[in-house]
Amino acid sequence: MSELVPLLQTKNLTMRFGGVVANDDVNFTLGEMELRCLIGPNGAGKSTFFKMLTGQLTPTSGSVTFRTHSIAGHASHEIARLGIGIKTQVPNVFNEISVREHIWLAARRAHATGPRIREAVDEVLERARLTGIADAIVGQLSHGQRQWVEIGTVLAADPELILLDEPAAGMTDDETGRTAEIIREINRTKALIVVEHDMEFIKMIAKKVTIFHQGRILMEDDCAAVLADERVRDIYLGKKVAA
Amino acid sequence: MTRNHKLIAQALAVLVAIVVVALAPGYLDLFTVMQLTLFASMAVLSLSLAFIWGFGGILSFGQSAFFGLGGYAYAVAVGNFGDSTPAIVLAILVPALFAGALGYFVFYGRISDVYLGVITLTVTLILFNVVNSTAGNEYTIGSVRLGGFNGIPAIQTFNMPFDPSDILYPEHAWWVTGGLLIVVYLGLRLLIGSTFGRIAIAVRENETRAALLGYDPRLVKLGVFVIGGAIAGLAGALYVNWGAFVGPTIFSLSLSAEIIIWITVGSLGTLVGPILGCVLIQYLVSQIGTQQTFNSNLVLGVILVGFVLLLPKGIVLSIQQAFEHLAYWWGQRKSTLPSSSLDVPAMEGEKG
Ligand SMILES: Nc1ncnc2c1ncn2[C@@H]1O[C@H](COP(=O)(O)OP(=O)(O)O)[C@@H](O)[C@H]1O
Ligand SMILES: [Mg+2]
Repeated sequence: MSELVPLLQTKNLTMRFGGVVANDDVNFTLGEMELRCLIGPNGAGKSTFFKMLTGQLTPTSGSVTFRTHSIAGHASHEIARLGIGIKTQVPNVFNEISVREHIWLAARRAHATGPRIREAVDEVLERARLTGIADAIVGQLSHGQRQWVEIGTVLAADPELILLDEPAAGMTDDETGRTAEIIREINRTKALIVVEHDMEFIKMIAKKVTIFHQGRILMEDDCAAVLADERVRDIYLGKKVAA
Repeated sequence: MTRNHKLIAQALAVLVAIVVVALAPGYLDLFTVMQLTLFASMAVLSLSLAFIWGFGGILSFGQSAFFGLGGYAYAVAVGNFGDSTPAIVLAILVPALFAGALGYFVFYGRISDVYLGVITLTVTLILFNVVNSTAGNEYTIGSVRLGGFNGIPAIQTFNMPFDPSDILYPEHAWWVTGGLLIVVYLGLRLLIGSTFGRIAIAVRENETRAALLGYDPRLVKLGVFVIGGAIAGLAGALYVNWGAFVGPTIFSLSLSAEIIIWITVGSLGTLVGPILGCVLIQYLVSQIGTQQTFNSNLVLGVILVGFVLLLPKGIVLSIQQAFEHLAYWWGQRKSTLPSSSLDVPAMEGEKG
């Protein structure tokens, strides 16, 4: 992990929707192979932040640098090709297409064609525990299964940086545990930013945590320090962290 | 139906089609063969929209614009060259280029899907008006007068490739038209199964997800749109070859609307369906034309409403679904094992 050459860096990143300032002067740095948790109450601007990192939104001002590439305002497909993958908060899948086809569509960009791609597809199916439903049409699956399809699809593209927006939402405890396990596994070779509300989940995976509040970074510290902080408790009052 | 069943059914259908195309002139009178030639050229047009709408998710209300451009390109080229071979090529190229320019403007200009419909519709109207007002002698391309609302009469029909002295008989023209219908069908089948086709279906399903995986939805849609324009142009050449005439009414909104009805009736998302829907409705309209009781537009409207309300998936998918239910029921009867609904082989993005 090198702090000198950041994998991702944003400077004064700002996004306004009319009068709403969804992201306000966000300065954020992520190192190579780092795992970062992003937390904050609803409306704090976490999803907006992810959308600017992946070209779904063009920032009002500020810059985003991925390794040496300046990517703010670039098209989503260009950023994806540089190696950023995302599981969005609202599931983004291909409804009338099979699970296997999802994985293939993602894997064929990352892998050479031929038998290697077949292997890669089978491997991802296995890893995301989708082998049993590989031929099912994704539109007919449950919400939790669709989450896994999307996670599998992101994995199959083999990105350098993976963004997961509320990956455990709608999952059973067992599946949540499996998600945490996969995140740690991915983190052995890749960097991740994970948005989650579930503090138990955060505790399972987190090293460093960044708190968003009203579009700004409120604090950034080790998991334990963040959970002990009074301001964080205030923001989350009545939420799971209080428990 | 499983994948294999579907493949066998498709191969059988193609085989039957080849036999029908080959043998028809031996069994049918000339009038019927001519009628079939018209239906087949329209079926090619139907396939062009079936592809871009059903597999690319692009609903164009102006597919007849490319059809008309193909027809006029053929007429002008064959009049100048005296040989139908390069004229057919131009009938494909000109609308393809036009679709490229229009598609670039629409897809790269981030114009929403609703406006795509409006724009394609407007372009058709504009083309009609432009061509309609080319009556004067000054509107001549090479040796061919465009003729305004009178159109271009007595157009030279297809000849043997590179041999203008050998003009095809109507039976041969039927073989060419019916044969090209089969070729276009097979070509689209292969295209849909290819990497490009699979990506196009993904873009149809979810542009955002496709882009987040590194695919450029604009480029993919442009490709689909151009291919659709090229096929519609070929259909235009086949149509002009059938009638030896082209006039500005070829750029008609009612034809554009009719293609949408053919596809809706036959089943959107399939290729066989739009061919079937096209031929059935054309036959019906030609039958209505011989009597005076019902207006054909009224009948078309009733058919469309009827299908949308009662059989929204269209003929082919409804039949396919019935077969699937039957097979499922049969399987249930044979085995007492409860089978999960996920084990039922479901339909893929590529359906029929
Ligand atoms: N497309 C949009 N148009 C207008 N306001 C938006 C849009 N997207 C998000 N917002 C607003 O920006 C703020 C941050 O939203 P979001 O990033 O989704 O928060 P989070 O993901 O942290 O819950 C909210 O106030 C939300 O209403
Ligand atoms: Mg969010």
